[in-house]
Amino acid sequence: MLKSIDRPTLIASSFIVIILLAGTVYTVITQGNATFIEPAYLLQQLKIAAFLGIVAAGMMMVILLGHIDLSVAWTIAASAMLATAVGGAWAIPVGLGVGLAVGLVNGIGVAFLRVPAMIFTLGVNAVLRGLMVMLTGGFAPQADATKFMIWLATGRPLGIANSVLVWAVISAALVFMLTRTPFGRYIYAVGNREAATYLSGINTRLVLIGSFVICSMCAALAGLLIAGYSSKAFQAMGDAYLLPAIAAVVVGGTNILGGQGRYSGTIVGTILIVLLQSVLSVAQMPEAGRQVIYGLVIIVMLLVYGRGSVVRA
Amino acid sequence: MNNLRLRFSQNTGLWLGVALFVALYVFYSTLHPKGWSVDLLVQNSNESFALIMVSMAQTVPVITGGIDLSVGPMMTMVNCLASVLVSGSPLAIVLGILACLAAGALAGFVNGCIVVFGRIQPIIVTLATGAIYIGISLFLRPSPGGKIDDNLSWVATNALAEMDSTFHWFAGGAPTWFSHGPGRLPVPIVLIVLIVLLVWIPFRNTVTGRGCYAVGSAEGAAYMSGLRIGRSKIAAYTIGGLFAAFGGVYLALQTGSGNADIPQAGAYTLNSIAAVVVGGTSLFGGNGGAVGSVFGALVLRAISFCFRVVDSNGPFGFLGNPLLQPIFEGVILLLAVSLGAARVFRVKNRLSLFT
Repeated sequence: MLKSIDRPTLIASSFIVIILLAGTVYTVITQGNATFIEPAYLLQQLKIAAFLGIVAAGMMMVILLGHIDLSVAWTIAASAMLATAVGGAWAIPVGLGVGLAVGLVNGIGVAFLRVPAMIFTLGVNAVLRGLMVMLTGGFAPQADATKFMIWLATGRPLGIANSVLVWAVISAALVFMLTRTPFGRYIYAVGNREAATYLSGINTRLVLIGSFVICSMCAALAGLLIAGYSSKAFQAMGDAYLLPAIAAVVVGGTNILGGQGRYSGTIVGTILIVLLQSVLSVAQMPEAGRQVIYGLVIIVMLLVYGRGSVVRA
Repeated sequence: MNNLRLRFSQNTGLWLGVALFVALYVFYSTLHPKGWSVDLLVQNSNESFALIMVSMAQTVPVITGGIDLSVGPMMTMVNCLASVLVSGSPLAIVLGILACLAAGALAGFVNGCIVVFGRIQPIIVTLATGAIYIGISLFLRPSPGGKIDDNLSWVATNALAEMDSTFHWFAGGAPTWFSHGPGRLPVPIVLIVLIVLLVWIPFRNTVTGRGCYAVGSAEGAAYMSGLRIGRSKIAAYTIGGLFAAFGGVYLALQTGSGNADIPQAGAYTLNSIAAVVVGGTSLFGGNGGAVGSVFGALVLRAISFCFRVVDSNGPFGFLGNPLLQPIFEGVILLLAVSLGAARVFRVKNRLSLFT
C-alpha cells in the first residue's frame, strides 16, 4: 500500500495532519473547542478547496508538459462574467466555451508559434482583461449567477457540496486520462523530451493544444463555480487563484520542468494550501505573518522532496 | 565594419525595441500639446523609472536561464522600508537609502542562495520568497503612509536644474551653460544612465557577469569550463534585488509614501517579464542585456502614453476610449512577444524547434 503512495504525497499529507493538530491545540487552549477536526469545518474547507483544486488540476496538465499557464486568472473571470451576462440555459455552455477558446489560442501560440508559454499566456491574460474591461466598463457586472450555477456550487443534495462532487468527477476523469489513455502517456512523454516524442511519431502539437484546452476549461469551470458560490462575477476574481494553483501543483510533487508528477499529489497540495490559509486566519494571524508562513512552507516542502540534481557536465 | 555588423546582428532584439520606442515616442510627443518640452519629459520619465528598474532586475536572472517572480514584491518591500527610513537629517537620509539598497540586494541574495544551494527551480523559489517579501512589506506598512524627505522627493522627480535651486550648488545662481544645458535633463534619466554605467556594465564585464551568460547558454558546459556557476547565479539574483531596490526607493520618493500594494507588485512582476522579452532577451537565457530591458520597459510605457494623445473626435477617436485601452495594450503586448515566432517559419527541420 505504501509503495503506491509517492513520497511528496506522503510528506504533504503528514503536514496536513500536523497543521490540523497544531490548530486544534491552539483552539483548545484559547477557545476551549476543537473546531479544526469537526466534520462540519472540514467539509466547509473541502468546498472552498474545490475551486482551487479544479484550477490546479488543469494547471497540472500544462506543468506536466514543462509549460505554464498564466492566463487562468482572467480565464476564470471571463468565463464567470460572460456566463452571468448571458444567463439562462446558455450560461454554462458559454462559460466553458470561453475556456475552450482561450485554451485553443494558448495551445496554438505555444505549439505552432513556439512562443514560451510563460510570456504568451501572459499576453493572452492581458487581452482577456482588456476584453472584460471593454464589456463591463471596468465594474462588476450587474447580472447575477443563474440558479443552476448557484446550485452547482453550493447545493448539497447528497450531503456533500456539489462543488466537491464536481472536483471529484474532474479528478477521476483526469486520473483515468493520465494513467489509462495514450493521451496521458503523451503528456508525460512530451514533458520528458519533446523531440523524442515527436520522433516516435506522435503529433506533439496536438498534445500541447489538448493540454492547454483542458487547463483553460478547468479554469472556466472553476470560474462558473466561484460565480455561483458568491452569486456574482466580479473584476479580478481569478487573481487569487493563479499563484496558489501553481504552488499546489508543485507542493504536490509535480516537477515544474515537466514529465513527472502524480495527480494525487495535486489534490493533497491543494488541501494543504487551503487548510494552511484557513487555520492561520482562524488563529488570527495577521496578513503579514500569513504571507511569510505561506512562502516558508512552500520552500521547506520543496527542500525536503523537490530538489533538482547537481549540474556536473 | 564586420565587427559592427556582427554586433548589430547579435542585438537585433535590442535595436527593434529601440526603434519601436523611438517611433512611439516621436508620435506621442508630436501630438501632445506640450510635446518636446522638459516638463513632459520629466513627467514621462518619472512614470517609467520604477518599471525600468524592475525590468532590469528581471533581466539578470533571465539571462542565467532562470526567472524572478519576486521583483515586484522586492520593490514593494524596499518601498515600504524607505517610507520608514528615508527622512530626518541628511546623514540619516543617506544611511536610510543605503540600508534600503542593501535590503533589496539581501533579498536577491536570499533568492540566489535558495536557487543554488536548495536546488529548487527559480520560478518556485521566487514565487515563495515573493510571498515572504510581501509579508514583510505588510509588516512594515500595514496601511499606506510614511514619511519621505520632501526636498529629496522634489529633486529626484524633476529636472537637474531643480537640484541646484534646492541645494544651492553654484554661488550666486546657476550659470547659463548649466541651466540651459545639462540642467534641463530629468533626474530619473540621469539616474538610469548612471546605474547602467556604474552597476550594469561593470558587472557584465566581470568573470562572474560573463558567467551568467555562459550559465544561461549551457550550464553543463559552463561548469566544465571551470566557471563558478553557483557564484554567477547568486550574483545574478543579488544584482536583480539591487535594481529592484532602486525602483522601490524611487517609488517612495515619487509617491512620498510606502504602500504594500499586492496587486501593484504582481503587475510590476508581470510587466517586467514582458519588458525583458520586448527588449530582446530570450526567456531561455544566454543572451540579451539590461539595456534592452530599459527600452522594453519604455516601449510598454510609451504604448500607454500614446493612447492619451489621440483626438477623441478624429477618425481614430475610438483609440482614445479609456475602456478600450486595456485591450489594445494587451493585443500589442501579445503581438510584440509573438514577433519571436518569425524563426518558426525560417527553420527547415522541425527538430531544431524543440530546445
